Amino acid sequence: MAHDDQAMVIRRSRIRLVDLSTEVTAGILQRPGRAVLTALGTVLGIGAFVAVLGLTASAQGQISDRFTAQVATEVMIEDTGTADAFTEPAFPPDADRRVRRINGVSHAGVWWQVEHTPPLPVTGVSLPGVSSPKGLSVYATTAGFLEAVRPRMLSGRLYDEGHDSTGARVVVLGAGAARQLGVRDLQMRPAVFIDDIPFTVIGVIEDVARQPELLSSVMVPRRTVEEFWGEPAKAGQAKMLVETRAGAAQVVARQVAIALRPEAADRFKVIPPPDPRQLRDQVDSDLNTLFLILAGLCLIVGAVGIANTTMVAVLERTSEIGIRRALGARRRHIAAQFLSESGVVGLLGGLVGTSLGVLTVVLVAVAKNWTPVMPIWTAAAAPILGGIVGVLAGAYPAIRAARIQPVEALRR
Amino acid sequence: MRLWRRPAPEPPASTRVTDGPVLEFTEVSLTYPGPLPVAALRSATFSVHRGEYVTIVGRSGSGKSTLLNIIGLLDRPTTGTYRLDGIDTGLLGDWQMAALRARRIGFVFQAFHLMPHRTAVENVSLAMLYTGARGAARLRAAHDALEKVGLGHRRDALPTQMSGGERQRVAIARALAAQPSLLLCDEPTGNLDTESADLVLHLIDELRKDGLTVLMITHDESVASRGDHTVRIVDGRLIDPRVVDRPAAVI
Repeated sequence: MAHDDQAMVIRRSRIRLVDLSTEVTAGILQRPGRAVLTALGTVLGIGAFVAVLGLTASAQGQISDRFTAQVATEVMIEDTGTADAFTEPAFPPDADRRVRRINGVSHAGVWWQVEHTPPLPVTGVSLPGVSSPKGLSVYATTAGFLEAVRPRMLSGRLYDEGHDSTGARVVVLGAGAARQLGVRDLQMRPAVFIDDIPFTVIGVIEDVARQPELLSSVMVPRRTVEEFWGEPAKAGQAKMLVETRAGAAQVVARQVAIALRPEAADRFKVIPPPDPRQLRDQVDSDLNTLFLILAGLCLIVGAVGIANTTMVAVLERTSEIGIRRALGARRRHIAAQFLSESGVVGLLGGLVGTSLGVLTVVLVAVAKNWTPVMPIWTAAAAPILGGIVGVLAGAYPAIRAARIQPVEALRR
Repeated sequence: MRLWRRPAPEPPASTRVTDGPVLEFTEVSLTYPGPLPVAALRSATFSVHRGEYVTIVGRSGSGKSTLLNIIGLLDRPTTGTYRLDGIDTGLLGDWQMAALRARRIGFVFQAFHLMPHRTAVENVSLAMLYTGARGAARLRAAHDALEKVGLGHRRDALPTQMSGGERQRVAIARALAAQPSLLLCDEPTGNLDTESADLVLHLIDELRKDGLTVLMITHDESVASRGDHTVRIVDGRLIDPRVVDRPAAVI
């Protein structure tokens, strides 16, 4: 009963959170040099962690960067050139249609550069002041090929299968070639002359996503080219470009040769895009794991450093602990103080380490011409990891501090 | 946990001031255990009343420190009853002892025990840190306490910039800041030169005149004589001239 009465009179010792943080700040700042050295291990450990993870991510990002949608959806088929003079050309006339039937193909087409000796002269309508351009390439392409390069039209249109199958005398010009030939207005139905044969210009391509050499070339339907100048001069010159839907490239690549020539699939060499998973696996190499282990070791060393200095600080500040206890602090107040101090040191070390890690990633990326990539969770979690390391490292010293008897601490 | 609980309002004055003595020892003993148990304090009985200035004098090794630790609630007696403000401390848990230290006892040590990196006013305001008082209130109380010991002008000085006498006065201000029931001094002049010691003792006299209850432990007879009542301690036995009916020698 008396006990209950007394309990009402005695009010618990307590410390306000704001006061605790002031005490913690003061505790850390009273020896700033030591605090910096204490945090150094965490700085290095966390910095290494962030740098390794950031560099890995950047390297992977670099690969996927090169690995644009165009490359990932592109299958190239080459003629191995094993045919002799008596066999027919590798790509059958209906090659486009055969390949387009494969599930996952969006466009497909055959093309080759028309080679002729002497080179085919390409001229526009002779105008005063416009000299005849030199070195314009002529390409034989199917209608499907023009679609597969993903053109953006400046004016006019592409030729279609109708033009191709009838051997129509039409051309599509790249923007550069059109400029050189003085072709501006398609309303006038301008003509260009190849080998002195007139062709109607039906379209001008402003830009392409693939095969940029087309921009300074003249494109003629395959059938038309074959009628005037014959098959490709050399076996193996003709190629086929297949555009697939996203993710279908590998599957399409396995089927395309048989679809083209079931009886002689070995006349083709199929080049699929690189498999993204393989590339990623290469980046996640053993070296990377090694670096992460090193970073972990740094962190452990950092933790031991924090534990050690906190222990020293506890011994040094024994009389402070004693006076705090005499002034009414409970054991948990003492433990909370030292635990918070080591936690804050760890957190600050983690923050600085994260900054240094990010800086490293950026510098390496600049040096290597990469786009720096930093996973947001790494950057956000790293300082917290530092704080956790600090708290864990400070746990034992804090318990020791809380166990110190004020009687001992205040003895002179 | 209850680490961060909001401070409750101050209790009514009636709970702070009880009718009985501030401090009351009834046959308090402390024996340190071990293969050869040491009886550091033997059946001590004495009391300190409100407003009294009691001194305890004894040589080193006589049990003064043990007595100080028990009175200061830093240690527990093996047997006997110790009441502080009428509260039987034998029934208290650790947290309750800590709470009593925070509010009812003001410590003054021979070695000052100031924090070297804190200014005078910061050191004094530490006294109320663990009572949960607000920072502004603590600073105000600390400033008042510094004024009381005549160091209002030194509030921003660091302990390292102060003389021994000044440091001990800061320590006294710290002990006063929480307005304790008892000022407990342990050889407060032990580390001071004569002049500073006189100043500090004079300060304690003044505080006592204002109604403060003071218990001073010392080895110095001349210091002890300043109290209005002196208890001797010899080999762990208290000799209190006021307790005639219960001789301490009877064991």
